Amino acid sequence: MNLNPTRRTLLKLATIGVAAAGLPRFAAAQGASELTIAYNVNLPSWDPTVGASGVNPTLQGYFLSVFDRFIHKNPDLSLAPGLLTEWGWNEDRSKVFMVVREGVTWHDGSPFTAEDVAWSLERAANPETGNPIQFTWGTLGNFTVDGNRVEADVLQFEPTIFKWMAFLTGFVLPKAYYERVGAEGFEAAPIGTGPYMVDRYERNAFVRLKANPDYWGEKPAFENVTIKFVTDPASRVAEVESGNSDVTLEIPYEEYDRLMAAGFNGSAETISDIAMIFINDVDPMLDRNVRLAAHHAIDKQLLIDRLLLGYGVALSTLETPEYLAFDPGIEVAYDPELAASLLAESGFSPENPVRFTIQTTRGFKPKDYEMIQAIVGMWRRVGIEAEIEVYEIAQHFELRAADQLAPAAFYNWGNAIGDPTTSTGHAMFGPTPHSVWDGQELIDMIAPLWAEPDEEKRIEGWKAVSRYIAEEGLAIPLLQYVQPIVYRQGLEVTPHKSGALLPQLIRGS
Amino acid sequence: MARIFALRLLTTLVTLLGVAVIVFVVIRVVPGDPIAMMLPPGATEADIARLRTLYGLDKSIGGQFVIWFGNVLQGDFGSSITARQPVLTLVLGRLPATLELSLLALLMAVLIGGTLGVTGTRLRGTRAEAGIDVANGIGLSVPDFLWGLALIVLFGVVWPLFPISGRVSPRLELPFSTNFYLIESILRLRFDLTRNLLAHMLMPALALALPLAAIISQLLKQSLKETVNLDYAVLARTRGYSERHVILSEALPNAALPTLTLIGVQFTFLMGGTIIIERLFSYEGLGNMAIDAVITRDLPLIQGIVLLFALLFTLVNLVVDMAYVLLNPKLRHA
Repeated sequence: MNLNPTRRTLLKLATIGVAAAGLPRFAAAQGASELTIAYNVNLPSWDPTVGASGVNPTLQGYFLSVFDRFIHKNPDLSLAPGLLTEWGWNEDRSKVFMVVREGVTWHDGSPFTAEDVAWSLERAANPETGNPIQFTWGTLGNFTVDGNRVEADVLQFEPTIFKWMAFLTGFVLPKAYYERVGAEGFEAAPIGTGPYMVDRYERNAFVRLKANPDYWGEKPAFENVTIKFVTDPASRVAEVESGNSDVTLEIPYEEYDRLMAAGFNGSAETISDIAMIFINDVDPMLDRNVRLAAHHAIDKQLLIDRLLLGYGVALSTLETPEYLAFDPGIEVAYDPELAASLLAESGFSPENPVRFTIQTTRGFKPKDYEMIQAIVGMWRRVGIEAEIEVYEIAQHFELRAADQLAPAAFYNWGNAIGDPTTSTGHAMFGPTPHSVWDGQELIDMIAPLWAEPDEEKRIEGWKAVSRYIAEEGLAIPLLQYVQPIVYRQGLEVTPHKSGALLPQLIRGS
Repeated sequence: MARIFALRLLTTLVTLLGVAVIVFVVIRVVPGDPIAMMLPPGATEADIARLRTLYGLDKSIGGQFVIWFGNVLQGDFGSSITARQPVLTLVLGRLPATLELSLLALLMAVLIGGTLGVTGTRLRGTRAEAGIDVANGIGLSVPDFLWGLALIVLFGVVWPLFPISGRVSPRLELPFSTNFYLIESILRLRFDLTRNLLAHMLMPALALALPLAAIISQLLKQSLKETVNLDYAVLARTRGYSERHVILSEALPNAALPTLTLIGVQFTFLMGGTIIIERLFSYEGLGNMAIDAVITRDLPLIQGIVLLFALLFTLVNLVVDMAYVLLNPKLRHA
């Protein structure tokens, strides 16, 4: 074969080169008023109050761009006036009142009113609409509207009702518009009062947003925002690296470090998601020594340093430092000697280990399977022989609801309102389908706290519950996750503790 | 001929019914309850029961199947649990994107594989043929998603010639009345859109095409090498025809038959490959939707997608079988 290029060959290669040079370059070239985000999840539905989407924490970023909740939630999870400017109970807590912001308009230009608030709450409480939080919204009823003030009867006292107004499904929808276009029409052309309006939505592909010129709050910095649904992490990295997208999130920590070194901007802040191990009250977890040994044998900081490259915060309770009921005084220390002696009390040792199964997801959260592998290694050294069983996240939900989890089961728990009821409460209260520990003593401690009207007493009660869980080894909290966000030079991104990446919190620097 | 067609049509219908039963039962038997996935903190047993009734999951599997299949026969595939839209609307809305991608990939595979097969035959016994064999080997051994990753790095990041994700640039206004964007852009003479669509489709289509191209090349070359030594090809040479003429005009029509059958079978595999490739390139097709449906245990949507894929596969096989009968005189007159 002749490898010496002829004149004709060179001409052909030159032609190919010119043709290639003529192909369009798709990278970069963003206008100042354009922002492109490579988001990690797909948006299946626009109604933020019903179905599985309504309670999917990863979708809240989309919803919060277009809709407003009753009560605004700041990036640090604190509550602030939103569409409601004031709220509260009456003296005997038999009624609630809400004062509605004036001068707000829907995206179609129609005025936002107190009727919208009352209708949204009534609709949420109606079981037929399919709101998964209906049981909470149903604690209010008999709404009355007087000007910009809404009042309702408290049918059952729920101390966190106003927190729910800043959480899952707590969105205000347009009464007149929704009734006019129906559910299907609303899916096709959703409107809200939020900082951005839906310009175009291609299912499974992207959503184009444009700034709401009449937004009641701080005006968004970008006129147009494109959110691409890029579910593959490698593709999201390529999106920002090539300049096709300005911002992305939830990429591997190794890639985050690499992009930081390459000159990208980024933030790696803790969010309200935690990694934990559920303990089921089945053999051998009925033995307190085994439970406590399993907890003391885990070097959480080592997991964070080695597997998560330092991105994470070790936890001893199901409350993170930002939560109301966080108690820094509760600590379950890494102490393998103590773990070994506890096991020895029950007759177990590395030579005669206690055996059980631990379930885990694989690839659902960063290094989930690897973390459990490392934990099993730590356990083996003190006398616990655990067999790893991988399950899908859907299987976890089913097993947990049926109280059929293995003696130990890895999971991540999110709590974007920072209240102990939605972390320790629902994770550990036996009668709910979310908890697998059914010990009566714990049930008796938690039960009165659901309706405790004295806030200080309520929070102290939850701290006592956390202490009891730690002392009895009823769950193994591992760490608080850190969310990596990467963005191009010239941008400033304010991360939100809930994990939602909000275009209205992105500005040019 | 008509009898063969009728028989194949009947087996197609039986196959589809079998697929419907298997899919319906399997996705309900495997772990992962869709209701459990949508339970918020604080849900009670009563809430679970209410949601189960709302989504029709409170009945027996047999009862659910009878209702579902009865509705399917009337064109109602139910509603997606997550998207809250009719399954048929969702599935038919995404099907054109997958079909266009698959057909483009098939076209690329045939062009690349065909060219390599013919060139390998023409240059048989040389180092060029060995080079083609090596290329085929690489094409066969590297799975499509790895090709996809390599293309993303090469033409998306290092030399950003093509967009990495999506089907079309979000900033473009689309005047289309169907979801066959590529075909419609050509028919409407909107070549600016055609170019944009092709730029988005090129990398995923190439990733899908390369393994198939290698198979086509290998098989075609093998068939051609056998055919060019048959009597009629030798006769053509002795009559003074060029080697190129012998290969393209004499040998290729006969050698192409087994390749055609293979392309038909492999096309169904190629469509299966769109599931991963569409995910990787965030391409808004049926495959991408299928993964989301599986993750969220959207049972009606999974059923709709699988049934549609099964329909496509059986139809492609039917078409290939019929084409084979038409092209093969022995079968045609059987």
